[in-house]
Amino acid sequence: MTTRTGTTRTIAVVSAGLSNPSSTRLLADRLTAATVEALRARGDDATVEVVELRGHARDLADDLTTGFANEPLQAAIDTVVGADAVIAVTPVFSASYSGLFKTFFDVVDKDALVGKPVLLAATAGTQRHSLVVEFALRPLFAYLRAVPVPTGVFAASEDWAGAGETALAGRVTRAAGELADLLVGRPAAAAKPADPFADPEVSFEELLRNT
Amino acid sequence: MQFGIFTVSDITTDPTTGRTPTEAERIKAVLTIAKHAEEVGLDVFALGEHHNPPFWSSSPTTTLAYVAAQTSTLQLSTSTTLITTNDPVKIAEDYAMLQHLADGRVDLMMGRGNTGPVYPWFGKDIRDGIPLAVENYQLLRRLWTEDVVDWSGQFRTPLQGFTSTPRPLDGVPPFVWHGSIRSPQIAEQAAYYGDGFFHNHIFWPKEHTQRMVEFYRRRFEHYGHGSADQAIVGLGGQVFMRRNSQDAVNEFRPYFDSAPVYGGGPSLEDFSRETPLTVGSPQQVIERTLGFRDYVGDYQRQLFLIDHAGLPLKTVLEQLDILGEEVVPVLRREFAALKPAHVPDAPTHASLVAARGAKDATVYAEGDAVTGSTVEQDRAGAQA
Repeated sequence: MTTRTGTTRTIAVVSAGLSNPSSTRLLADRLTAATVEALRARGDDATVEVVELRGHARDLADDLTTGFANEPLQAAIDTVVGADAVIAVTPVFSASYSGLFKTFFDVVDKDALVGKPVLLAATAGTQRHSLVVEFALRPLFAYLRAVPVPTGVFAASEDWAGAGETALAGRVTRAAGELADLLVGRPAAAAKPADPFADPEVSFEELLRNT
Repeated sequence: MQFGIFTVSDITTDPTTGRTPTEAERIKAVLTIAKHAEEVGLDVFALGEHHNPPFWSSSPTTTLAYVAAQTSTLQLSTSTTLITTNDPVKIAEDYAMLQHLADGRVDLMMGRGNTGPVYPWFGKDIRDGIPLAVENYQLLRRLWTEDVVDWSGQFRTPLQGFTSTPRPLDGVPPFVWHGSIRSPQIAEQAAYYGDGFFHNHIFWPKEHTQRMVEFYRRRFEHYGHGSADQAIVGLGGQVFMRRNSQDAVNEFRPYFDSAPVYGGGPSLEDFSRETPLTVGSPQQVIERTLGFRDYVGDYQRQLFLIDHAGLPLKTVLEQLDILGEEVVPVLRREFAALKPAHVPDAPTHASLVAARGAKDATVYAEGDAVTGSTVEQDRAGAQA
């Protein structure tokens, strides 16, 4: 039973897949479609913006050396920070998220994702990485004080074929439903980070008195 | 409008020769650069302060005093003076002393310093950066404006009956700028006191500069020092010039590619687009610099960084020649034509004296010639 609110939610999809087509993007697309569907079932609409990190690989390296995001990267960061929810998907490299994926979240301000509903997912070539969402991605987003949904979605090669398909589809639907549940009922465009250039709440006289 | 140069005092290997200058060479080179800045008609030379290699400028007033003795019109400034790790008492004394030696051709730019390990060398903690800047600067102002200071605070031992000597020249403390890349609290501090605000305007996109300056101007007006467009704004900038712009790019690229701060990162072309760095012909530098006004408004001081990343002295002196002969005269004329009459120039010692009146600020004390203590203490001691 849902109440129709008619709110349009913005979903930012961060995909760190490197090949084209990539299974990471494929998983991201399935999660996105399921989330949009779950939102519609709950009476909300959704717009989706996809950030393919491969296209920002050099921008991210530049940011590490210069300390600022160039225009294309800043646009990508703004998309993610400004979204109502984030779907973040990475391939597993050497038993963790890829360096490209981590670098993106390294250059996003550490307070920019506070309270943001996030769906975490990962792809790998083998089932032996199946807990990577829990031991690698979840702590990262805990540090960022984002709000990951309980179901993390992991897909190994075998999940894409045969018997595994049903199980993966089930996890995708469950995770998408959890994300939609987190979103509906929230005020649209949840609190933006405070503007550091707003007039100060503490007067300078106050600062002086405290010294 | 004032035009000049600022240096961070880095000792960097010249990537085209593989040679690193000695401290002695680099120190002498910067003195030559400062003197040449006056020779080519620039107004300001600002020197950084650092307490760790690869920088040499740990003692700016010593250096600036030498430059003062070798020049006659050049305004001497800092980029920046560490208001966090320096004892404000020593800043008050040193820069008042420099004022006397330089006949008032002195102002300062306060900065916090962003190198964490430096702070504990001076008994401080970088996490206190803003509170240190707030408390120390408030004390510094009192030391310059009050003959006898009783003070206690969080970050240094209390002062009782303390007189900082020499008193500021003509009783007028040096004008102060506050420099910060992205801390609104420092722009707020500058606005609160009606001091100048300087944005280094290098290495970062212009939007950072624009936001900080807008905030400073708005708060300057809020604190009643004048309208927002009368606030005192200074900008940095980084240029490299040759008559043909492609020659400038070709010559500067190896320095850019291995420079501290941004080397190993984006291409020269990308960095020139994303930040105010301008590598090209004098005309390109003129056009880009005039464009700064579009996003900060009419401003009072433009300083260029021209001597870092291992550029040899000869090249830096050539850059000064180009600035002095081709760039600054045009900028001076164009900016002056654009500036409305109600926008003030950057304060100088002469303008501050004209506004406030000169006085003999000497504190004549009947000191005890033996102990150097104050006459009050002598009398108290005699009675005990």
